[in-house]
Amino acid sequence: MAQSNSKAKNRTKTKRIPFEIKDCALVGIATGKKAQTLRELRDILQTIHPDSIYYHFWGGLLRPRFENPEFNNDFASWARHALHDKDLAEKLGIIDPTDLTDLEEIRIELLDIIEERLDASEYVPWSSSDERFYFITSQIVVFDTRKVIKEPKELEMVIPAMSPGSIFYHFIDARRRTFGNLDDFRAWLYGFNEMHDLCGRLATVDPFFSTLTELRSQLTDVVSTYFRESGQ
Amino acid sequence: MTVKLERYAEIVGEDVIDQLRQLVTPLKGIRVVHVNSTRKGGGVAEILNKLVPLKKELGIDVTWEVIEGSEEFFKCTKGFHNALQGNKIDADSDLLKIFEETNMENAAKLRPVLNDADIVFIHDPQPAPLVKHFPDRKGKWVWRCHIDVSRPHRRVWKYLRNFIMNYDASIFSLAAFAQPLPHREYLIPPSIDPLSEKNIDLSQTEIQTVLSNFDIDTERPMMLQVSRFDRFKDPVGVIKSYRLTKKFIPTLQLVLAGGEATDDPEAKTVIDEVIKAADNDRDIHVLLLPADAHRVINALQRASDIVLQKSIREGFGLTVTEAMWKGKPVIGGDTGGIRIQVVNHHTGFLVKAPEGAALRARYLLLHRDRLLEMGKKAKTFVRENFLLTRHLREYLTMMVSLIHESEGRIELG
Repeated sequence: MAQSNSKAKNRTKTKRIPFEIKDCALVGIATGKKAQTLRELRDILQTIHPDSIYYHFWGGLLRPRFENPEFNNDFASWARHALHDKDLAEKLGIIDPTDLTDLEEIRIELLDIIEERLDASEYVPWSSSDERFYFITSQIVVFDTRKVIKEPKELEMVIPAMSPGSIFYHFIDARRRTFGNLDDFRAWLYGFNEMHDLCGRLATVDPFFSTLTELRSQLTDVVSTYFRESGQ
Repeated sequence: MTVKLERYAEIVGEDVIDQLRQLVTPLKGIRVVHVNSTRKGGGVAEILNKLVPLKKELGIDVTWEVIEGSEEFFKCTKGFHNALQGNKIDADSDLLKIFEETNMENAAKLRPVLNDADIVFIHDPQPAPLVKHFPDRKGKWVWRCHIDVSRPHRRVWKYLRNFIMNYDASIFSLAAFAQPLPHREYLIPPSIDPLSEKNIDLSQTEIQTVLSNFDIDTERPMMLQVSRFDRFKDPVGVIKSYRLTKKFIPTLQLVLAGGEATDDPEAKTVIDEVIKAADNDRDIHVLLLPADAHRVINALQRASDIVLQKSIREGFGLTVTEAMWKGKPVIGGDTGGIRIQVVNHHTGFLVKAPEGAALRARYLLLHRDRLLEMGKKAKTFVRENFLLTRHLREYLTMMVSLIHESEGRIELG
């Protein structure tokens, strides 16, 4: 009984934790490793630091580019545009990092697909010397926007005004920081008993196959629909 | 907030300026020095002319020093520049001696400033050996490479690497330029300053005046390339593209505008080649402009229909960003930093040969709606990615990381 009282107390306490809105940016760092053939790519992938795999899957969201690129990870894009191997590009392009528990699983998935392609190929696919794959990693810098919210309902107001960097930080980067690989919104909302339904709805938003501005729109829709329907 | 920072905030938003302020907080009290080889002319001097004052506005104690050298010294460094961009030219041993001696002399002059600085940025190969003359240096030294060194002439790179490996970090504009070095290599593309004379809005009257000063017909279409007279910028190839395009658009004019950087002894030879290739064509305007003709360049970029940057090698190509900022599509050489600015078929076209440039120029001049649409996209792309504030944010992040020896994540605020 004493224990459940303390749990209830903690819950009330958790409820009062404010949500601090952060922003972030990435600075690229060269690893010095580059591949010109598919075999070289495979060899480097076996040992490259997981941060580099993360960068080539997620970093593109914060890099200069136009919305809706043909492929959502750099490996698939290289296979298509430098190796001119459409089949391989499609197989690499469908890898969904959110389906896999960690970066090591992504590494294994990438290696399996590449090995299969190398086994099936009579020659080693190669790129021209100015189309090499450069392995990059990054440093993330996190800014304080000084915006703080205390109640879940306030999300309806703040999400539409969030910068792409804020969306990246709270919805993507968060999965590397939080217990259970949650985004920051759900990690915070689970502290409010009555918000579990909203958490469930947020869990359905796919963080990978969208741009940051699309993600912002989807999150806005989910949150505003929830509050409208629940009459809060 | 200072007036200048307020003006930046109007363009990029208050939040971006606030981020810069947050980055500066952990850097309070440090002393920063930039060193390069020319105060005027070329992209490096232009970037420093903007970055240094803005760092000062944010409260950083920063100075900019320029090394001095003889004509022979610059002949040697121009050779390095060409070799680093792939030309197989070996450095003459007498010139190498001058190169090293000049750096030793400059080290003696700069000793009081550099020895106690917390962060020293050395730009490009000209002052690279300075580091060897400061064995008791207090701060972190960073080598900033502005050149396309993706495929350097190995012998020259090997020679320069002996100096560069002594730095604490280096910065390259693209991953493709980074070379194996025993320290952290940051990837920071350069930027333009939207408030500079070269990029601010101009009145139509001023633009017209500039054109009439150079006898350029304001009623006829115009293609422009702005760059140093350097073979890597392929000005003769641009003339070839113009001739191929003019067959279909007979009213077309071409303007090749460039200045002379004090550290480029080869410019005169290239200008002679360009004048010869122009062959007295009255519609080709070869303009030799002083290094401070920023408003003139601005007017020419705004007046042109298409901007070309048909480089064969390019560190970054700030003129591409400048043109895009003015809403112009760019036909650029498929090389180096041009690749990250010109998003093929979106903000312009990437080409390999003069024929490719002619094909795309003809297409754009005959499809005005497409030309305007690409120009609009180009401007947005620059606003989001290539303005000075982004560049400064990345420099400051790197500085915080170096001073505080941070690894993956830097939390501010």
